[in-house]
Amino acid sequence: MRINCPLCGERDLREFYFKGTKLACPDSEEWGADWDDYLHNRDNPAGVSQELWQHVAGCGVWLIVMRDTVSHVIGRVAVAKDEVRDAG
Amino acid sequence: MRFSGWQVIKQGLTGNKGWKPQWRKPEPKPEYDIIIIGGGGHGLSTAYYLAKEHGLTNIAVLEKGYLGGGNIGRNTTVVRADYSQPGNSEFYSYSLKLWETLENELNYNIMHSQRGTYRLFHSDGQRDGFARVGNAMINQGDDAILFGRDELRKRLPYLDFGNTRFPIFGALYHPRGGTARHDAVAWGYARGADQRGVDLIENCEVTGIDIENGAVCGVQTTRGAIRAKKLGIVVAGRSSQVAAMAGMRLPIESHILQAFVTEGLKPVIDTVISFGMGHFYISQSDKGGLVFGGDLDYYPSYAQRGNLPRAEHVAEAAMALMPMIGKAKLLRSWGGIMDMTPDGSPIIDKTHIDGLFLNAGWCYGGFKAVPGSGFSFAHLLATGNHHAPAAKYRLNRFNAGDLIDEEGTGSQHNLH
Repeated sequence: MRINCPLCGERDLREFYFKGTKLACPDSEEWGADWDDYLHNRDNPAGVSQELWQHVAGCGVWLIVMRDTVSHVIGRVAVAKDEVRDAG
Repeated sequence: MRFSGWQVIKQGLTGNKGWKPQWRKPEPKPEYDIIIIGGGGHGLSTAYYLAKEHGLTNIAVLEKGYLGGGNIGRNTTVVRADYSQPGNSEFYSYSLKLWETLENELNYNIMHSQRGTYRLFHSDGQRDGFARVGNAMINQGDDAILFGRDELRKRLPYLDFGNTRFPIFGALYHPRGGTARHDAVAWGYARGADQRGVDLIENCEVTGIDIENGAVCGVQTTRGAIRAKKLGIVVAGRSSQVAAMAGMRLPIESHILQAFVTEGLKPVIDTVISFGMGHFYISQSDKGGLVFGGDLDYYPSYAQRGNLPRAEHVAEAAMALMPMIGKAKLLRSWGGIMDMTPDGSPIIDKTHIDGLFLNAGWCYGGFKAVPGSGFSFAHLLATGNHHAPAAKYRLNRFNAGDLIDEEGTGSQHNLH
């Protein structure tokens, strides 16, 4: 797999760290079913998944990567903080 | 037919014309008492023990491909009981005891070889950790011996004892550990279940789970609808997809684990060795191939093949530990899809849906668990009660905080 970092260009998998599936953190500050679900349960799709990766051995930027878990094809790659800003 | 030395001679003298297929190819019936989804090692052993231990024979095993075509044929065949955490310790101990009588029980040559397993340690801290694991194994009634460097060097002289970056301090030895012929385990259980009347239905993919008023009433398949009031999901690698048919979201992420085998070589490694400073473990198959594997690729995958960085890591670890294998040529590499749970331990439990049972989340522990998993899951399906050795493998343990985190790596699926 090669990931196209928007800042550095296409780089080898070795340069990237996989954090996990991109998930929305619960609002509540107390333990409950929402936190259990957030921490443990996963959709775990066999297909396109939205994931958080970091370009650790490059520019260090956090990325939101659309990646197919069956074919390993990388789709859209965006800088995470830009996505958050654009989402308001 | 009962297999024996006498049969081999008789068939050999009569042109080998008497051998018959080892199981039937039945058409699915409209209704069964229990349906097992998944004809791999765990599904077949579950069906076998349901028939043998509980006298239940109106059972179907539904397999979307062919029997034993999944992870039971893709693992590295190691069988051991060297776990330390309550929950795992008693379960894998129980499973190993079943392994030790399995060939006679199934009348099948599964080539179970208790050649011992060595887990190397490379620092004082790691030695203390392994001593604790060894004591837990002994407390469980299993066997463990802590070897220092000198004794280990007599036993495994070909390791690189001159390596200064990863010095070898010793190893935790588990004499009853070893390997088995993985496909034969599936075939032996399939034959035993079939002989007792279980229908093993291949090329039958489950496409939907029928639920009425909170209870299971059957499944939709590519070979038509089949009714049953009890349903066991035993599809590690694809658990999330099948559970989603019942509206469930599981604490599982699917990850790829790679393995490798070299060309056939003369006998050289008569045991199982795992490196303590990198992801590498090795044994030699009866055909002579060196079988070895590493750790996850770390990103979720259903591809059954990995990427080169992990292969590179495994090769580097191999060279750091036993440079003598550096010129062996790789014959194949492949990947298997692991159900990874947040604590690295499996799930054998009921669900909130009446009649729906789940056997999943085997991470890397699946092969050695085949007999114990089938026995315990059959007990749960037949009686509704948890079998004592597997009683801690609950689906709600993550929410409850009762984690069984063998490696102490925290609550993240890909870190175990």
